[in-house]
Amino acid sequence: MRSVIDILDLSVSEIERLISVANDIIADPKKYSECCRGKKLATLFFEPSTRTRLSFEAAMYELGGNVIGFSESQSSSASKGESVSDTVKVVSYYADIIAMRHPKEGAPLVASLKAGIPVINAGDGGHNHPTQTLADLLTIKREKGTFDGLTVGLCGDLKFGRTVHSLINALSRYNNIKFVCISPDELRLPDYVRHASPQGNNMSFYETKDLEEVIGGLDILYMTRVQRERFFNEADYIRLKDSYILTPEKLKTAKNDLCIMHPLPRVNEISVAIDDDSRACYFKQVMYGKYMRMSLILMLLGITVS
Amino acid sequence: MNIDSITNGIVIDHIKAGKGMELYKFLGLDAYEGSVALIKNVPSKKMGKKDIIKIDSLLDIDLNALGYIDPNITINIIKNEVRTEKYHPELPERITNIIRCKNPRCITSTEQELPHIFKLTDKVGPVYRCLYCETKAQ
Ligand SMILES: [Zn+2]
Repeated sequence: MRSVIDILDLSVSEIERLISVANDIIADPKKYSECCRGKKLATLFFEPSTRTRLSFEAAMYELGGNVIGFSESQSSSASKGESVSDTVKVVSYYADIIAMRHPKEGAPLVASLKAGIPVINAGDGGHNHPTQTLADLLTIKREKGTFDGLTVGLCGDLKFGRTVHSLINALSRYNNIKFVCISPDELRLPDYVRHASPQGNNMSFYETKDLEEVIGGLDILYMTRVQRERFFNEADYIRLKDSYILTPEKLKTAKNDLCIMHPLPRVNEISVAIDDDSRACYFKQVMYGKYMRMSLILMLLGITVS
Repeated sequence: MNIDSITNGIVIDHIKAGKGMELYKFLGLDAYEGSVALIKNVPSKKMGKKDIIKIDSLLDIDLNALGYIDPNITINIIKNEVRTEKYHPELPERITNIIRCKNPRCITSTEQELPHIFKLTDKVGPVYRCLYCETKAQ
């Protein structure tokens, strides 16, 4: 049974196919509006994530399917004593596909080993979140037309930011990608991420603490949140946080076709003054995320629409 | 059992001195009914001192899993008093329930019945990572 737990579970050609189906859905949504008639998606959210859950549910409804599931306020299923394995074995009798969110790393993998139906990882703690990366990839493809040769700025928390790690993994399979890592020392990209990602042709990394120094050369600027709790002391946080907030002033030297991305939710790391700038792509990312989830559901259910 | 010669059996040689007991336990030999010799601190030209384990039977045990503990050991298979095979164990691709994942955020920390599985991700080192959370084994 095919599941998607890590973005690297999908080959480059499968990602191409997912993007092409997503583009086709965007072009002609009506064609897809009945193709999951009679199918059920189970959203098993062992921790709440309204944004991701709504995206999956909207995706399934737009394919004509139905949704069942739960969302725990705390990981209370553990207190009920039922294991992930047992839960998914039971759910396999009710649904055709599972989207699972869990606070523990590796829980969706456990689910995929036991379920009789495909499992999509909808986020496991700070570990993987492959459908966020699929949203990012469709955004880049639609905005830039290609993955090859891009200069991709990654800004903010590069140490704990799983979306950044997973995007690096996914993009490192293409050619001539330049990653520009912009972060305070405390939140630098860990070496293991750089080394663990499959080495594409001519991939390079440049590190800096200064966003303004590099912004003019970027094709993509991927912003992430710098969280207060990542710092040892409040003084460091206050000193650093403003350097990683994107404002119209910092955009002055940026390219006209820069694509500004953010996995959302944002707190204050992108000034709302930028929302109306044509380079702001973070709300489009949300929309593309839904289309990629639709495309992925179709692929895992083996449904093709001609 | 004559510890110098065996008719049919396995000789695990070039074990790092002091590691013999660990391997002995790892192979479950403390529960084995047959003859086994654990010889410690044997003088060795190559290693100074080494440990050796001799098992007087062709036990069906997963010797390659030993590669995780010490890839430098030599495994000799003896049949009819003749050594028929001599090799170093390969690094196992997966090891199950030998080491435990220490990541408190890992699903194995809350679901006790799950096997602790580590997979080989880099032969240099070597590096093993938890199958579930990808945390590096220490
Ligand atoms: Zn683990």
